[in-house]
Amino acid sequence: MKVGLFVPCYINQFYPKVAIDTLELLEKLGLEVGYPLNQTCCGQPMANSGYEHLTGSTNELFTQNFAGYDYIVSPSGSCTLHIKDHLHSDKAPAEAKSIRSRIYELTEFLTDVIKVDSIKASFPYRVGVHQSCHGQRGLKLAQMTELTAPAFSKPEQLLNMVDGIELIPLTRADECCGFGGTFCVAEEAVSVKMGKDRVADHIKNNAEYITAADMSCLMHMEGILKRQNSPVKVMHIAEILNAAMV
Amino acid sequence: MSAVKDHAALAQAFNKDEKRVDWHDETLWFVRAKRDRASHGIPDWELLRETASQIKHNVLSNMHDYLVQFEGNALANGIKIHWAADAAEHNAIVLSILKEKGIDRMVKSKSMLTEECHLNDFLQDNGVEVIDSDLGERIVQLAKEPPSHIVLPCIHKKKEEIGDIFHEHLGTAAGESDPQILTETARQHLREVFLTRRAALTGVNFAIAETGEFVVCTNEGNADMGAHLADVHIASMGFEKLIPQRKHLSVFLRLLTRSATGQPITTYSSHFKKPRPGQQMHIIIVDNGRSIQLGREDFRNSLKCIRCGACMNTCPVYRRSGGHSYHTAVAGPIGSILAPNLDMKKYADLPFASTLCGSCSNVCPVKIDIHDQLYKWRQVIVKNGYSTKTKTAMMKGMTLALSSPAIFNISGKAGRLALKFIPFAVNNGLNPWYKQRDMPTPPEGSFTDWYKKNRKGEQP
Repeated sequence: MKVGLFVPCYINQFYPKVAIDTLELLEKLGLEVGYPLNQTCCGQPMANSGYEHLTGSTNELFTQNFAGYDYIVSPSGSCTLHIKDHLHSDKAPAEAKSIRSRIYELTEFLTDVIKVDSIKASFPYRVGVHQSCHGQRGLKLAQMTELTAPAFSKPEQLLNMVDGIELIPLTRADECCGFGGTFCVAEEAVSVKMGKDRVADHIKNNAEYITAADMSCLMHMEGILKRQNSPVKVMHIAEILNAAMV
Repeated sequence: MSAVKDHAALAQAFNKDEKRVDWHDETLWFVRAKRDRASHGIPDWELLRETASQIKHNVLSNMHDYLVQFEGNALANGIKIHWAADAAEHNAIVLSILKEKGIDRMVKSKSMLTEECHLNDFLQDNGVEVIDSDLGERIVQLAKEPPSHIVLPCIHKKKEEIGDIFHEHLGTAAGESDPQILTETARQHLREVFLTRRAALTGVNFAIAETGEFVVCTNEGNADMGAHLADVHIASMGFEKLIPQRKHLSVFLRLLTRSATGQPITTYSSHFKKPRPGQQMHIIIVDNGRSIQLGREDFRNSLKCIRCGACMNTCPVYRRSGGHSYHTAVAGPIGSILAPNLDMKKYADLPFASTLCGSCSNVCPVKIDIHDQLYKWRQVIVKNGYSTKTKTAMMKGMTLALSSPAIFNISGKAGRLALKFIPFAVNNGLNPWYKQRDMPTPPEGSFTDWYKKNRKGEQP
């Protein structure tokens, strides 16, 4: 099985440790992981802003980069969802279509494809899980509070395998953090207010760390925590799942 | 351009009073939580939603036939049917009915359609006084404001503010804000209105093709009070209010109020089938852009809406920006997919007033794919030229950088700091990201840099 690692542009540039932990985590599971060096971005920033018609070239690039892999895995629910919903190619339409069904967000890949039942990691802290909307409602990584349906959570299923971790409940289990791509600057006031409220829920429930399967939400919340000089930190789920045993 | 209303600017103004935003958010979240308790109590809730969605699908696919059937049955019942192509025609029909009877004062129960048509202003300009009889609507009418929510029109007002309005207009004691006293005052005031108005206008929640009757749902019984005491009953409906058969009400009535307020059913779900002896009953069937929306394949499902308001209560943006920030009769997520159909330029901002979190689609009792339609409207709005030149230039620049691995992989810390492909990465003093947030500390190198050093060479 050949796995292609897709690293979202902002993780590549600002949070390389998240990508390193994702890679190491997959390698530890004995998987053959490749990282196409020519990758850039899934095209979502343009598409969500109404410019999907400009994403032709990023789509072609993505299709070329990941054509040879059995699975494509990414530490981002949002970018994964974008590819799943919107990737198409004029040059290689069948390949693009196939990639859409071969791409997985990291946690769903671990629970649904690899079916991991144990993880050797230790993280003795109180952790709040932020359910990023695109991962949760788009990829169905966890049950949604709006629906009358049985509960499950793929990220929490994995986190519960980590030694010493204590997952704290939130007052609003799956409220959006307000990042929203370009929404975060175009609608600055509401975006920040949503972020402040989301962070406050974690703090009120005594979280030491906020984790998520999407670094973009965490970047937004980290920006607010830092401005507030809060001791609460954000950490991508890959960093926790790859945390060393103590 | 400055006259164009913009959600972001209106939302920013709303957010100047953070405590008030907290109060607004909590008030609507409370309603969402009630909706959750009510819906989670029905094991087949999701089946019910799917069934309602399919019934409406059938209606949208057979609109012509159902409209003709409804008209035929309603006429046979003795109801007069009027067809209005747009808001102006609707308003003119109402006025002509009133004029024919020499009526210059009318009572009106809740009808978002008449808000959409700006009927009150039109009638007032033509010498007809209108009093809204829904309590929330009456409050915003006295305050000279539009409703901020389709089910809870004055949800943006605190009881103390309502007390002030009542003191000014209805003579309650200054500073009186006890809800019981205020409600009783409104009740007495409206009772006089009900007894003296010869014409009553109501909305329509459901129009049944099979029988030619229509159903009006209220909690206050105000539609009934108005209609039963008036010589003329006018009911205004958008043509999408149709359902094929009476039995289908069993699906919609179970969904409507559970979704709206968490109640099992409205206090009054009144069926109007024919005028009582001596009464005139009119139905005005309104298009006003609906047939255009019906023709838009990506957006026609928005016409399934039964106006429960659940998408507003759950929307994290609506709760923190207020209904008036949407500057349209129907606010919130559903309004943001309906309004651009009516005026794409005026409402070009609304599909962007969302994080696309998807909660709206999950609470929708008729399963409208609201957040997917918001995404699709964004594409339509940009393609039709209703985006700004600055944004287009930025997006083209971003595309250029992201299409080229060479440009993207500018190595080193300085390169990453200067990267312009992430719109919020540059701290140039104007960037809104930095107003209330910090950026991550740029790392020594990118992941690609790390990978080249730590893993063997180029990958396939």
